Amino acid sequence: MGTFVPNTKAQQQEMLKEIGFEKLDDLFAHIPDDVKLKGDLNLPDGMSEMEVSREMKIIADENIVYDTIFRGAGAYKHYIPAIVGNVISNETLQTAYTPYQAEISQGVLQSIFEYQTMICDLTGMDVSNASVYDGGTAAAEAVAMCRERKQNKALVSGAIQPSVMKVIETYCFGNGMELEVIAVKDGKTDLDDLKAKMADDVACVYIQHPNYFGNLEDAAEIGEIAHSAKKCKYIMGVNPITLGVLKTPREYGADFAVGEGQPLGLPIAFGGPYIGFMASIDSMKRKLPGRIVGQTTDHNGKIGYVLTLQAREQHIRREKASSNICSNQALCALAVGVYLSAMGNEGIKNVATQCYSKAHYMAKRFEEIGFQVENKDFFHEFVTTSDTDIHVILKALSEAGILGGLPLDSHRILWCCTEMNSKADIDRVIDILKEV
Amino acid sequence: MEFKKEALYAKSHEWVIFDGDEATIGISDYAQSELGDLVFVNLPEEGDEVEVGESFADVESVKAVSDIYSPVTGVVAEINEELLDAPEKINEDAFGAWFIKVKDITDKAELISAEEYEAFCESEE
Amino acid sequence: MLVFEKSRPGRGVSALPECDVEILKPEEKDIRTSELHLPEMAEVDLSRHYTELAKKAHGVNDGFYPLGSCTMKYNPRVNEKIAALPGFTDVHPLQPVSTVQGCLRVIKETSEALCEITGMNQFTMQPAAGAHGEFTGLLLIKAYHLANGEPQRTKIIVPDSAHGTNPASAVMAGMEVINVDSTDKGLVDLDKLREVCEGNDQIAGLMLTNPNTAGLFDPNIKEITDIIHECGGQCYYDGANLNAVMGWARPGDMGFDCVHLNLHKTFSTPHGGGGPGSGPVGCKEHLAKFMPGVKVVDKDAHSGKDILSFAKAEESLGEMKSFYGNFLVVVKALTYIKMLGKEGIPEASKNAVLNANYMMQKLKGAYDMAFEPEVCMHEFVMDLSRQAKETGVTAMDIAKGLLDNNIHPPTMYFPLTVHEALMAEPCETESKETLDDAINVFLELNDLAYSDPEKLHQAPVKTPVTRLDEVGAARHPVLKYEFE
Repeated sequence: MGTFVPNTKAQQQEMLKEIGFEKLDDLFAHIPDDVKLKGDLNLPDGMSEMEVSREMKIIADENIVYDTIFRGAGAYKHYIPAIVGNVISNETLQTAYTPYQAEISQGVLQSIFEYQTMICDLTGMDVSNASVYDGGTAAAEAVAMCRERKQNKALVSGAIQPSVMKVIETYCFGNGMELEVIAVKDGKTDLDDLKAKMADDVACVYIQHPNYFGNLEDAAEIGEIAHSAKKCKYIMGVNPITLGVLKTPREYGADFAVGEGQPLGLPIAFGGPYIGFMASIDSMKRKLPGRIVGQTTDHNGKIGYVLTLQAREQHIRREKASSNICSNQALCALAVGVYLSAMGNEGIKNVATQCYSKAHYMAKRFEEIGFQVENKDFFHEFVTTSDTDIHVILKALSEAGILGGLPLDSHRILWCCTEMNSKADIDRVIDILKEV
Repeated sequence: MEFKKEALYAKSHEWVIFDGDEATIGISDYAQSELGDLVFVNLPEEGDEVEVGESFADVESVKAVSDIYSPVTGVVAEINEELLDAPEKINEDAFGAWFIKVKDITDKAELISAEEYEAFCESEE
Repeated sequence: MLVFEKSRPGRGVSALPECDVEILKPEEKDIRTSELHLPEMAEVDLSRHYTELAKKAHGVNDGFYPLGSCTMKYNPRVNEKIAALPGFTDVHPLQPVSTVQGCLRVIKETSEALCEITGMNQFTMQPAAGAHGEFTGLLLIKAYHLANGEPQRTKIIVPDSAHGTNPASAVMAGMEVINVDSTDKGLVDLDKLREVCEGNDQIAGLMLTNPNTAGLFDPNIKEITDIIHECGGQCYYDGANLNAVMGWARPGDMGFDCVHLNLHKTFSTPHGGGGPGSGPVGCKEHLAKFMPGVKVVDKDAHSGKDILSFAKAEESLGEMKSFYGNFLVVVKALTYIKMLGKEGIPEASKNAVLNANYMMQKLKGAYDMAFEPEVCMHEFVMDLSRQAKETGVTAMDIAKGLLDNNIHPPTMYFPLTVHEALMAEPCETESKETLDDAINVFLELNDLAYSDPEKLHQAPVKTPVTRLDEVGAARHPVLKYEFE
C-alpha cells in the first residue's frame, strides 16, 4: 500500500491516547452503523511509487502520439518553449491555493495581474478576468452575463465550434435563456439572417472569428448589426494566436472578447486542462464572472495586488451572483503569461504569420492535386472536399505517423496548420494523398 | 451620527425627502456606518419602476453586498450618477449622496420621523 | 516589478525557426493596427522573474496549510511525473478512439473507482471544478424532473451554512433556493426540513455536504434524505468534505442520488493558485441517462470492435465544457487512487479525522469551538467572538499573525453562521510534529491577543507586503498595467 500519512502507527496511538481515545475507530463511534461501509472498498491493493509509475506508463503507451498533426477544431498543437513547463512545475506556484491571503500570495496575484494585462493587450479590451474553465464555458458565461430583465435571447452563429455551441445550449437550458442560431451561408455567418433575427429582446450576438471552418467573418459588419438594438452586446470568440496578425475584437467593435487560451502555451492533452479567457470594455467589467486581480498599496505605501471587485462573486453575492465560478484555471493562466512573455511581440506575430502562411500553402497544394478548398478568406484552418473517401485519406496519413484533418462528413475534411508543420510535412501529406 | 430632521425614514434604513410630487431617496448615516467603506453601488435606470419594500439598488463593501429597499412606489426620474464613480461619497455624506429621485408616486411605506428612527437605531444596537 | 517593466525591446527567446513557406498575410481590412505590448525578455530574465514570484507565494511545500473546506493535503510528486508523460500530454482530443485507448482507460478506471468510493453507478469527468460539478448535478436533477413531467419542481433546499457556490449554482440551473436553518448543534433541523418538504410538490431537491461545513457528521442523514425523497425531491451530495469519509462511508449509502467530488481536494491534485481543479459528477442509475458528455463503453458501436469507445447517454443534458474535462488532473487523481488502494484510502481519511481531533482538543481551552462538538470529522471551526469582545483581536488578526509564523491561516469568516470563524482542516499528510508546532503558535497568538493586541492588529510584518488597501482597490480599480 502506498501512503502519504507521515505519522507512524505508534504516533497515531500516542495522539489518540492524548485526546482520550483508544483506537481510531472510536472517533467514528457516533456515526450510525447503517451508513458505515461494511468491509473493504472493492478496489485493488495499493502500490508503491515504482509500481504505479510502471502501470501508468503502460496506460500512456496505449495512446498513439502523432509526431505530425494537421488537426485543430478547438485544440491546437503549437510549440511550447521549455521555460513554460519549467515555471509551472515550480512546486510553490503549483500547489498554492487561491490567493485569498494576499500578503503571502503576491507572486500568484502578480502573475494573474500580468496575465490580465496581456489578455487585454492581445484583445484590445480594457478588463480581463483571471480565467474560466475553457473556451466553451467562456462563451457560455459571456452569453449568460448579457442577460437583462427584458433581454433574454442570445443569437449565436451556426459557424462556431460545435462543442462550444453545445456548452452554450447547456447553460441556456439551466438559466432559461432563449437561444437562436444564426444561419450559415458559404461557410460564414449569414448577415441577412442575423438582420432578420435582430430585435429589442436580443441580449447578445455571439460569433467565432475565425470561425469553425477557418473562415474570417464579416466581424465589423456583424458588430454594427448587433449594436443596432440598443441593449444588445457583441461577443466575439477568438483564437488568441490569430491576434498576432488579425484585428482585435475591440477594433471590430466587440463588447466582449472570449476564447480558448490553450494555443498560448498549453499542451493538447486530450482536451484539458485548457483555459477560457474573458475580457470586456470598461463599462461591462462588473458583469465579468470569476476572479479579478487589482493593484493597490499596503500600509507602508508599497505596491501590491489583491483579489478585487469580489462583491460580484458567489461567495458574497450567493444566489444573486451572475456565475457560480470559484476554482478557475490559474496555473494555466500562469502558463499563458510565461508563453506570451517568452514569445514577445515578434514571436506572436511570427506564430500567427506562420500559421496563416502554411495553411495557405497547404490549401494551394491541395488544389494542385484536385481537392477543392471550400474557403475563400481563411486563417489557419480550411475545409477540403474530394471524391476520395475520408477514411482512405486519414488511414494513409495515419500509417505515415500523421494525424490528418478532422472529418466533417464522408467527403469533407477540416485541416489545420500551425508553425509546427514544416513545408516538408505538408509536401509529404500531398505526396501521400496523390497516391490514394 | 446625523439624523436629519427634514427626512423621513424606513426601518430598512433608507431616508426619503418629499418635494412636491417627487421623492429623493438615500441611505441613512447609521446605515452607511454599519456597512463600512462602500466600494460600489448598483443603481436602477431612469424610467424603471420601483415598489415599496422591493430592492431597487445594492451597495457593496469589500466583503458584503446589501440590498437597498424602496420606501415608495413610483418611477425613477433621476439617478445620482456621481455615486457610480465615487461611492465613498455615501460614507462621507449620507444625506448629500442621494441614490434616486422618484416621480409618479402611488404608494408609500410606513415611514418614521428622525426622532423615532434614532430611537429605533439605538434599539438595534 | 512587473514583467512589463523589465521588458527591453529586442530581447526574446529563440523559440521558432524562420517560416519555410512563402509569407502571406490576410487582407488589409482584417489586419491588426493596434500595437502589441507583450514583454520582450531573454530566457534568463524570465527564469528569474518567475523564481521571484514563487518566492512571494506560499504552497503546500512551504508550510502547514490548514485551510478549512479546501483540503490542502500534500500533492505527491509522482502524480506530476505521470501527468507529464507525452502519451498523455501530446494526444489530440479528437483523435480516433482506437488511437487513444490509454486515455479512455484512464477515464474508465477513474470512473469505476469513484463509483466504488461514493456508492454511485456512473461518473462523468467533464466538470472542470467543484462549482461546475454542482451546476452539473443540479441540471441532472432538473432533467429528471422535466422527464417525469414535473417542471414545477424548481425549489432547492440549501442549509444556511452552505458554501456560496451552492445558491449561485442553483440559480444558474434556474432554481430557487430555500435556506433551512441549522440547529444550535450545527446540524440540519429535521422539524424545519419536514415543514418545508411535506406535501410540497415544488421541491427539486436538497444540496448537502456531510460532514458539513462545521466538520460535523450529521447522524440523521438517512432521515434527511428520506424526507426529501418522500416529497419527490432528489438529494445532491457536495463532495467538498469527502476527505473525512472516503473509504468508510459512502454518499450513495446515505441516500444521495448524485454527487460531485473535488479531485483537487480529496484526490491530491494541486490547486495551482486557484485551478485547474476537476469536479467529476456521479449519479445513481435513475439519473444516468441524463449525464452530460460521453461515457466510456467496452465496445465501439461504429466498428463493432471490442475496444474502449465513447457513447452518449440516451437523454444527455448536453456538454458542460468542450471535450472530456480537465483530463491531466484526472490522470493525477487516478495515480493517487492506485497508490493508496483499498486500504490506503480509509487510512487517509481516518488520519485526517485524527489530526483534526488532536488539534481541536489541544486548542479547546484557548479557543472556543463553534457548536462545541465532542468529536469532529476532518475539520473544526473556532469562534473568536470572545477574543474579539475581550481584546479587540478578530479572527482576521489571528489569521494575519499566523502568516508571520509561516502557517497558512484557516479559512476565515466561514461558515457565515459563525461570527468570528476560523475553520481549520489539518489533513492526514501532516505529522504530529507539524501539528504540535502549529498548536503552539495558535496558543501563543491567543496569549498575545490578551497581552499585546496592537501587535496582532499590525500583523503581518514579515511578509513581502503588509495588509493591503482592499477598499481603495475596489473603489478605483486598477486591473491592468497601463503602457505609456
